[in-house]
Amino acid sequence: MDAAEVKEHVRGYVLIFLALAVLTVVTVAISYIDMETPAAITVAMAVALVKAGLVAAFFMHLKSERRIIHWVLVLCLAFFVFVMFLPLGTHLGIHPLWPLVN
Amino acid sequence: MSAIDLPYQIEPHPITGVTSGKLGIWLFLASEVMLFGSLFSSYVLLRVGSGMEFWPSGVEAGLNVPIGTFNTMVLIGSSVTMVMSWASLKMNNLGAFKRYFGTTIFLGLLFLVVKAFEYSDKFSHGVFPWVGWPEAGDPSTFYALYFTLTGLHALHVLLGILPNLWLLIFGVAMWETDRERFTGRIEIAGLYWHFVDLVWIFLFPVLYLL
Repeated sequence: MDAAEVKEHVRGYVLIFLALAVLTVVTVAISYIDMETPAAITVAMAVALVKAGLVAAFFMHLKSERRIIHWVLVLCLAFFVFVMFLPLGTHLGIHPLWPLVN
Repeated sequence: MSAIDLPYQIEPHPITGVTSGKLGIWLFLASEVMLFGSLFSSYVLLRVGSGMEFWPSGVEAGLNVPIGTFNTMVLIGSSVTMVMSWASLKMNNLGAFKRYFGTTIFLGLLFLVVKAFEYSDKFSHGVFPWVGWPEAGDPSTFYALYFTLTGLHALHVLLGILPNLWLLIFGVAMWETDRERFTGRIEIAGLYWHFVDLVWIFLFPVLYLL
C-alpha cells in the first residue's frame, strides 16, 4: 500500500472506530432488554461478530490481504468451530469423538 | 544483506506474496485463536453443563458493566491509534507516529489499571478464582472462568505493551536506517494488538452482559 492509498484509508479508520463505539453501546443497551438467554446470547454474539469483522477487515487489512493469509485463517477457523461445538455436542449426546473412543 | 539476515523481511516471498514476518505473525495469531478458543469452549461446556438457571449473569455475579464498557472503548480507541501510527509511517510522518503509538501504549496501560481496580475490588469482597460472589449463590465456576479468561487477556495486553515501548524508545532508531523494515515491524506489532482487541470484543459481552 503506498502513501496515497494510506491517506485515503485514514478517514475510513476513523469511521470504523465510530462504528465500533456505537456497536459497543448497542451491545450494552440490548443487554438491558428482557430476553430469553439463548436469544440474548445470539444477539450479543452477532454484534460481536460484526465488530470483530470490522477490526479484522479494516484495521488488520484482511480485506486486501494475500490469499495465503486467508487460507491460514480458514483452516484455523475450521478447527475453532469444531472446538466450540465439541461441548455442545457432548451436551446433546452427539459427541463427535465417540466412534473413536468406543 | 549480511550473513545473519533472514530472507524476505522487506520484499514479499515470491510464492506466498507476503513477508516472512507477516506470515509468521498470522501463524502465531492462528495458534492464539486456538488458545482462547479452547478456553471459550470450556466456558460453553461449563455453562451448558451447569443448567442455564444456575449461571449468574455478569451483573448478578457482581461485575460492573459501565467499567467494562469504558475499558472496551479504551481498547477500541487503542486499536484505531495503532492503525493510525502505522499509517503515519506510511505517510513519512514520524512525529505523528510517535504521538499515535505513545497514545496506544498509554491506552493499553489504562486498560490494565482499570482491570487492576476491578480485580482489587473483587479481592476486597473475598472473591477469588476459587471462591464465588457470596450474594449470588455459588458462581465460583463463573469466577474461575472470569479470572482465567481476563487474566490471560491482561497478560496479552502487557506482552503487547512491552515490545511497543521498546519500539517507541529504542526500535525507532531504525527509521533513520531502514524505513520500510521499521514500518513492517510496526504493522506486525499492530496485527498482534488488534488481535488482543478482537479477543476483548468477545470477552466483554460473554462475561459482563450475558
